[in-house]
Amino acid sequence: MELNARIPDGPLEQKWENYKKNAKLVNPANRKKLDVIVVGTGLAGASVAASLGEMGYNIKSFCFQDSPRRAHSVAAQGGVNAAKNYKNDGDSVYRMFVDTIKGGDFRAREANVYRMAECSLNLIDQAVAQGVPFGREYGGYLNNRSFGGVQVSRTFYARGQTGQQLLLGSYQALMRQVDKGSVKLFARHEMLDLVLIDGKARGIIARNLDTGEIERHAAHAVVLATGGYGKIYYLSTLAMGCNGSAIWRAHKKGALMASPSWIQIHPTSLPQSGDYQSKLTLMSESLRNDGRIWVPKKENEERPPNTIPEEERDYYLERRYPSFGNLAPRDISSRAAKERIDAGFGIGPLKNAVYLDFSKAIKEQGIEKIKEKYGNLFDMYLKITGYNAYEEPMMISPSAHFSMGGLWVDYELMSTIPGLFALGEANFADHGANRLGANSLLQASVDGYFIAPYTIANYLSTEIHTGKIDADNPAFAKAEEEVKAKLHQLAGIQGTKTVDYYHKTVGKILYDYCGLSRNKEGLEKAIKEIQLLRADFNQNVKIPADVDSINIELEKAGRVADYLEIGELMCYDALTRNESCGAHFREEYQTEEGEAMRNDEAYQFISAWGWNGLSQEPILHKEQLVFEFIKPTVRSYK
Amino acid sequence: MKLTLKIWRQKSQQQAGELKTYTLNDLNSHMSFLEMLDILNEQLLLANEDPVTFDHDCREGICGQCGMMINGIAHGPLKNTTTCQLHIRSFSDNDTIIIEPFRAGAFPIRKDLSVDRSALDRVISSGGYISTNTGQAPDAHAIPITHQTTEAAFDAAACIGCGACVATCKNGSAALFTSAKVGHLSLLPQGKEERAERVINMVNAMDEEGFGHCTNTEACEVECPQGISVLQIARMNYEFIRAKIFEKEK
Repeated sequence: MELNARIPDGPLEQKWENYKKNAKLVNPANRKKLDVIVVGTGLAGASVAASLGEMGYNIKSFCFQDSPRRAHSVAAQGGVNAAKNYKNDGDSVYRMFVDTIKGGDFRAREANVYRMAECSLNLIDQAVAQGVPFGREYGGYLNNRSFGGVQVSRTFYARGQTGQQLLLGSYQALMRQVDKGSVKLFARHEMLDLVLIDGKARGIIARNLDTGEIERHAAHAVVLATGGYGKIYYLSTLAMGCNGSAIWRAHKKGALMASPSWIQIHPTSLPQSGDYQSKLTLMSESLRNDGRIWVPKKENEERPPNTIPEEERDYYLERRYPSFGNLAPRDISSRAAKERIDAGFGIGPLKNAVYLDFSKAIKEQGIEKIKEKYGNLFDMYLKITGYNAYEEPMMISPSAHFSMGGLWVDYELMSTIPGLFALGEANFADHGANRLGANSLLQASVDGYFIAPYTIANYLSTEIHTGKIDADNPAFAKAEEEVKAKLHQLAGIQGTKTVDYYHKTVGKILYDYCGLSRNKEGLEKAIKEIQLLRADFNQNVKIPADVDSINIELEKAGRVADYLEIGELMCYDALTRNESCGAHFREEYQTEEGEAMRNDEAYQFISAWGWNGLSQEPILHKEQLVFEFIKPTVRSYK
Repeated sequence: MKLTLKIWRQKSQQQAGELKTYTLNDLNSHMSFLEMLDILNEQLLLANEDPVTFDHDCREGICGQCGMMINGIAHGPLKNTTTCQLHIRSFSDNDTIIIEPFRAGAFPIRKDLSVDRSALDRVISSGGYISTNTGQAPDAHAIPITHQTTEAAFDAAACIGCGACVATCKNGSAALFTSAKVGHLSLLPQGKEERAERVINMVNAMDEEGFGHCTNTEACEVECPQGISVLQIARMNYEFIRAKIFEKEK
């Protein structure tokens, strides 16, 4: 398949303007005739559903949670980036573009990244107008903090709950449209398949999670804003319900998956403390503004942290990366932590953590200032661990967090299936091989508020004569039958092992072989192990048999069944990329100092995978990345 | 640790429910309350019994999806804490814990410990927003807002919509929830244009959804995971009366 990203002509800073100038429009009278399905109500989903509703289209909005406000964007803590340069410290759209491209290790599209930086300016305006209470100075102007991988302060924040406040802004905009009738809300509904008619996305099959009813929903276009699949590792910073099923089922209907193995392992989450654990809570990266990361210089140190003298502490990030120090990007910080832990310097009961120490900041700024900046995070730490981080350093550890990979999309955020759009974390587009902190809220928001409303309209302009899409079309009947058969198959296995067992097992395989570092042998082994695990799942999983009412295990089983396929593709993706870039670190490709070795000559492309049937090797398509405006360099934070 | 759980089991809204007793042995005290329920469910599944349905998602105290009555207290014994952030070290070995769903007329039971809180979404939908379309916003610095005002608005905006305030109120009132949104938006200059309509519509919606009236017991503030102050309710009452006075003048 020829992959065409359809990037507009012109200089970098005019591409998006040029696109908008030439994009086709739908006149207000015609919009009423056009239906759009939006799956997911996080920042990307809620904002695009609200924006399209405001324009006059008929929207159906779906989420599996009991309210759209619970989508996992809500949990993002630290902030959202924007190149406002309110701090007068040399920021600009171009600078943000460079930081993001470099942060992503030169594996993202220039035009997409530039557009994201450009739209960041409007996003802050939009959020403020909606009532998002961003942190402000005493004079009334907006405040900023710094995040990893940059040397300016461009991160806007609302205490440690920025994601919650941005999401509530878009949720409220969405509920306003629900009240006006332009958006119809389907909470507690899970998309189980995508329906194609004549090769175009024309609707979905959804299950009402309360009644078990299988429903058909037809539309002129389908938008997937269903988030990431990092929960595949089981232990992760994600919500229990986060899943890859919507994009995976679209993938099996023909949409390509791009760079699925590029998963960000976040450096500052809470360490695992036992087998019973269901999640690893994130401690915001913003803590690294004032916290210093260290491990003892002595192996297997047993002394409590506060009794270890300064000269016996190894501030390894400050040592290895003096110019960025504790604010080195996430992939680098996580790998550096793993290096120390593997070498025997880890701390905590399981020796699987490092310290994040605030004593210097507290001494310099006073405890009140630190409380104001991070109070809720320190409280959360106390609740979960029982330790007071004002008195002793936090213990932190790397944990699976964000999927840079996702459905392949072109510049219009459209997948390889016409009429199927993917927004936010569900697509692969803007972060390359490593996402910078505070860019995920940004990407989800600008995709939904400012980009998709133009590009979807451009697509819909060709649909004004199509007429209503008929949910009685045989394509819907067939998809519905397949969905029902799959549910009955899962419920009928009645084996001896729980869904969680399989989820934890596949998560462990991926942490071991397709996590912070990978190698050929391990990845080949993982592919075999996942295939065996999948066969075992299909024979031995046990869930309650009732498919016609609330069945929490059936919901999980469908998602884990997909994880058992996604995991295999992730390993293929990692195996075929014989270089190290961003979050993808292949042990065979590193410098003597242990830094990643990229291979631009052979691998300056996005791997976009096509489904080739179960247990078949997937088909690789390549989108060559062209760097016209910035020259790829060796990424250095030293 | 050994714990005895008495859990409300109810197959659906139409069927009657009852408390059932389960015993769990060898629990690690660092386990969270929901992880304890995960373990119970694992055991139930393997014993061919229906697992306990309960709401949960982020498990870090921010999504607002979890919530149950634990020994009669919404979200359990720890103050300012959601159920998912509660750990079993808050209980003692050999304790018996009674676990019931959130109870309120406006929150019908779905199954076991899971309730339908969509009434709260409808209250927001009636006016809990600032009417601004995408693309209309002026520059974010066009209207300065003082640090104090922003922080006060944030204190109200921090609500996670879990419904503990409703569940704990003897009247099943959603006054704290509704007032948190009224307070958040009416404090900000952007939200002032619609303050009158908003408060009237939201208070009406609250009544239509079957929430009870507020009789100032202040129990809601005690159980709120975000520590939202009952002064928000005072502000809502002020906004409501103010709106009614000006409505009459018109």
